[in-house]
Amino acid sequence: MKKLLILGAGTAGTMMLNKLNNVLDKNEWLITIVDQHEKHYYQPGFLFIPFNIYNCKDVTKPKRDFYPTGTTVINSEIDKIEPKENRVLLKNGQVLGYDYLIIATGAKIKPEETEGLKDKLWYKNIFDFYTIEGACALRDFLKHWEGGKLVINITEMPIKCPVAPLEFAFLSDWFFTEKGIRDKVDIHFVTPLPGAFTKPRASAILGDFLIKKNIRLTTEFNIARVDNDEMKIVSWDETEIPFDLLVTIPTNMGDEAIARSGMGNELNYIPTDPHTLRAKNYENIFVIGDATDLPSSKAGSVAHFQSDILLENFLCVIEGRKPRAKFDGHANCFIESGFGKGILIDFNYDTEPLPGKFPLPGIGPFSLLEETKMNHYGKIMFRWAYWNFLIKGLELPIESNMSMAGKRL
Amino acid sequence: METIDFIGRKLELDADGHLKNFNDWDKEVAQEFAKLEGINELTERHWIVIEYMRKEFKENGDAPSIRKLTKESGVDTKELYALFPKGPAKKAAKIAGLPKPKGCI
Repeated sequence: MKKLLILGAGTAGTMMLNKLNNVLDKNEWLITIVDQHEKHYYQPGFLFIPFNIYNCKDVTKPKRDFYPTGTTVINSEIDKIEPKENRVLLKNGQVLGYDYLIIATGAKIKPEETEGLKDKLWYKNIFDFYTIEGACALRDFLKHWEGGKLVINITEMPIKCPVAPLEFAFLSDWFFTEKGIRDKVDIHFVTPLPGAFTKPRASAILGDFLIKKNIRLTTEFNIARVDNDEMKIVSWDETEIPFDLLVTIPTNMGDEAIARSGMGNELNYIPTDPHTLRAKNYENIFVIGDATDLPSSKAGSVAHFQSDILLENFLCVIEGRKPRAKFDGHANCFIESGFGKGILIDFNYDTEPLPGKFPLPGIGPFSLLEETKMNHYGKIMFRWAYWNFLIKGLELPIESNMSMAGKRL
Repeated sequence: METIDFIGRKLELDADGHLKNFNDWDKEVAQEFAKLEGINELTERHWIVIEYMRKEFKENGDAPSIRKLTKESGVDTKELYALFPKGPAKKAAKIAGLPKPKGCI
C-alpha cells in the first residue's frame, strides 16, 4: 500500500482529500488526513457576522461531514514534518510515514506580532474579524456602539482575502447608514499599501468607491505599535492615528508546525513552485492554499483553482512522470460593497483585475469591477456552492486558469 | 522602454520604475536613486542594508521582505524606517538596483 498524507482539513485540504479519494485506487492507496480542529468554518462568512447578516451557525459545520468514508482521520496538532525521513510527528505522540505529502496547513492571524495589539483593549475596543471569536465579539460591540472614530487597519501584507478589509469598510458605511448614525462615525481605512488595493487598476476604481462612500484613506502606514492608553495606532515613522474602535487585520502567518519543521520562510510559508505547486525542495511534497509562499491571493477561490492543477500533477508524479499542469495564479473575488450590491474581480499572476463580464464573455451574469446587485447575489449564493460543491471537490462551472474572454483592456 | 538619465548614463527601467539590469548598478547609481526617493545622503547604515539586499538577491533571486531584513541585516525595524522612510523594503530595493520585492503585491 502507498501512503498519502494530507496535513490540514481546511478548504484546500478537504477539497484535495475528496478529489483524490475519487480517483485513487483503494486497493493501492491509504489516505490519511490530520487536523487539530473539529469544526469547519466558511471563512468568507466571518465578514458578515459583525453586521448581523450571518450568525455562527451559518458559517460552521462539523469537519466530519466532509470526510469521505474510508478515510483515516487523525484529530491532533502537528508537531513537525521530517521531510528527509518522509514522516510527520504529531503532538499526540503518533508518527506517520508517507510516500506523498500534501501540506494544506493554512495561515492565521498573529496579533502578538504587533506591540500592544493583543493587550488590554483587545476585544474591548480592538477587534479582528478573521476569527469566529473576533467576528462575534465585534458584533456584540457594534450592537451598542453610538459612533466615533472607526479605524480599519491592515498590519502588513500578505493577508488572507486581500479584499475583505475593503468590504468591511463598505459594509460599515451601509450598516451605520441603516442604523441612522453614519454622520457620527468617521470611517478611516489605513493600509501599508500605496493605494486601496494591491493591483493598480482595481486600486484606482476601489479607491473611488471609498471616496464616494465618504471613507477616509491613509496609505503607506506601517503600524509599529498600539498605544492602549491614548487609543491610537502609531507607525514606524511615528505618525499617529487615534481610534475609538480599531478593526485590525493582524499579521498573517503560516502554521507554527512549519517553523518547527524548518520548512518555511520568515512568515512560515513554504517555498512552492508557483506553477506545479510542488514544494521547491522536496519531490514528494505538494503545497496548496494559504500555506504556500506564492504571490497569489490567499483565498478559497485560489485554493479551488489550485486543487484542479494539483490533482493533475499529483496523478502525473505518482506514475513517475513530470508534473505538467501549470497554475497561473488565478483568483476570483466577490467584493461586497454594501446596500445589496457587490463588485467582482478576476485576475492571475500576470493580469491585473480588468473590467468586463464574467463568466460568459459579453453576457455575465456578473460584471467585473462594477457595482451591481447581481454580483451581490453571486456572493450570497457562493456560501451554498461552497458547502455543497466546492468543499466536496465537485466541479464548478469556472475554469481553473484565467480567461481573457469578456475582459476589456 | 522607459529609461532614465543618471550622470550622463542612460539606464533602462522596469514597469515599476526600478532598474532593469542588475549589472547596470553601482554606488553612483544608488546615490541618484536615493535622491529620487528623498534621501540626500547614503550613510554607512544605509549601505549595510543595500549590500545585504544585493547579496540576498544574488542568492535567492528576490529582494528580501522587511521581516527578513530585520531578522538578518542587523538593522532593526525602527531604524529601517528611519533610514528608508515609508517603505524600507521597496525603497531599499530600488536604491539597491533590484526589482520590487515579490512580497509587495
